[in-house]
Amino acid sequence: MSTEAAAYRVRERVLKMGTGAHGTHIGGSLSCADVLTLLFTEVLRLRPEDPRWDGRDRFILSKGHASAALYGVLVERGYLAETELATYTRKGSRLAGHPLRRLPGVEFPSGSLGHGLSLGAGVALGLRRTGRDSRVFVLLGDGELQEGSVWEAAMFAGTQRLDNLVAIVDRNGLQITGPTTGLEPLAERWRTFGWHAVEVDGHDLAALRSVFGDLPTGKPVVVIANTVKGKGVPLFEGKKKSHSVQLTPRLYQRAVAGLKSTRPS
Amino acid sequence: MTTAELETAAPTWAQRYSVSSREVYRRVLAELAATDPRLFCVDSDMGGLEDIFGAPLPQQYVNVGIAEANLMSVSAGLADTGFLPYANTIAGFASARACEQVKVDIAGNNLPVRIVVTHSGVSAGPYGPTHHCLDDIAIMRTMPNMTVVVPSDAAETEYVIRSTVDLPGPLYVRLGRGATPLVNTGPYEFVLGRARWLRAGDDVTIVATGAHPVHMALRAAEILARRGIGARVLNMHTVKPIDRAALVRAADETAGIVTVEDHVLVGGLGAAVCEVVAEERPCPVRRIGLPDAYFDYVADERDLLVHAGVSPERIAEAALAVGGW
Repeated sequence: MSTEAAAYRVRERVLKMGTGAHGTHIGGSLSCADVLTLLFTEVLRLRPEDPRWDGRDRFILSKGHASAALYGVLVERGYLAETELATYTRKGSRLAGHPLRRLPGVEFPSGSLGHGLSLGAGVALGLRRTGRDSRVFVLLGDGELQEGSVWEAAMFAGTQRLDNLVAIVDRNGLQITGPTTGLEPLAERWRTFGWHAVEVDGHDLAALRSVFGDLPTGKPVVVIANTVKGKGVPLFEGKKKSHSVQLTPRLYQRAVAGLKSTRPS
Repeated sequence: MTTAELETAAPTWAQRYSVSSREVYRRVLAELAATDPRLFCVDSDMGGLEDIFGAPLPQQYVNVGIAEANLMSVSAGLADTGFLPYANTIAGFASARACEQVKVDIAGNNLPVRIVVTHSGVSAGPYGPTHHCLDDIAIMRTMPNMTVVVPSDAAETEYVIRSTVDLPGPLYVRLGRGATPLVNTGPYEFVLGRARWLRAGDDVTIVATGAHPVHMALRAAEILARRGIGARVLNMHTVKPIDRAALVRAADETAGIVTVEDHVLVGGLGAAVCEVVAEERPCPVRRIGLPDAYFDYVADERDLLVHAGVSPERIAEAALAVGGW
């Protein structure tokens, strides 16, 4: 239950960051909130008090526009103070709309799509070549998969059989202009690139727990997390307009009320 | 050809002899990697590297295939785990095709990736414009943290590679394709960021970067010498950070500066020199380089350069104009 509660708090924080002058990418932050929370609270081997501890698992947010969700999770693990979130995208803040530097808990700045999987593959190769047993997790958007460089990385990781590399696709089905098209058959495509592909409900924490607790070995693994853009806030669920929103006080109240109505008992 | 042999080589012999910077780079890197497990060769199907690295040093070699974007980000990832990756590709593919990966993942994170490129300038000659690279100095020197080095021959390439192993940030090393004349003979300590004086002179200064430009600058100095004009020749192997002191001195002590490069005039060595002297010591400058145009014909490297206006004669003419002689 604690992870469920943590995911709820992450969503609350995302909405709060959405009230800033520039809003935030609400839809894609809420769609990956459950996966992110589970990873940081139950899956990743981390030492928040020593963020660059060599034995840590690496997490790379390739879909950098979900920065609000990441910051919300980093607060959950104590990498960031809750109070700092109020500076999100404000003048002088280090909390940018896309992670702009290596904050504690942030391995690489991101935002330009199509970089994270290659970075992760390089890190995974380096870890393997030096005999370290850390794993590398990369969270991608489904629209991001339209970037050709993702498939350069997928081909490379498959060829190298980097089984310490785990990609997670936040399959929320929407990009700015509408439905994310052109990706099917998605799992089969990853398999032909030499990956294990596992599909899961990206909002079912028990199912996610079971997938990440027993990842197949011998090849890199992609977890296709089927999610809903804007998940948890009925106002935004499945709506392409939730991509980037600035929440007025009134909209914020409605969003929070909606979030409360979907709160797990 | 070892460093020792180069150091004992007579200049007259050396100028006749041509050595490939690319081959020397590969052999030197393999030698260094054999005793330093941090060094990692990241190949992108260049051909030849797999024999030098893949067989003897498989733990320090990977071939990403024909995928330059991946080449750069994988190298950044490897650097983040403690390796010193040498990313190998062609100049245009590094600077233009994979520009964003270099900018965001390597330079943006100040990671110690060494991007060593070949086929720079028009060194691919008859291969045509897709394999030429006339704008990479301009692109690379706009990136914060990036060091940009253009060795002038095989000997200097060896010094560059040996002396930058522990450079903390990213490095771009711009090599050509084929063999070029040896211009650096005798004992030589390479100092990153400090121009090398190849010839003394107090009338005019010629600043050059790259194999043919430096060689041509020396030939131009000979032409000028026959007319009684003493040309100082500086090999500006490090384009970024550029040797500001040497340029200020040139502006103070000589009539002005001629720059020479196998690169477009926009944003290249000449532009970098102008940026310094305009701020520090305004002086007459003439830039010799490639025009703002695409080549629509092919030829050997040297012929392309001469056709485009990069030749000892044109350098000498520019020097005369600078001095008003």
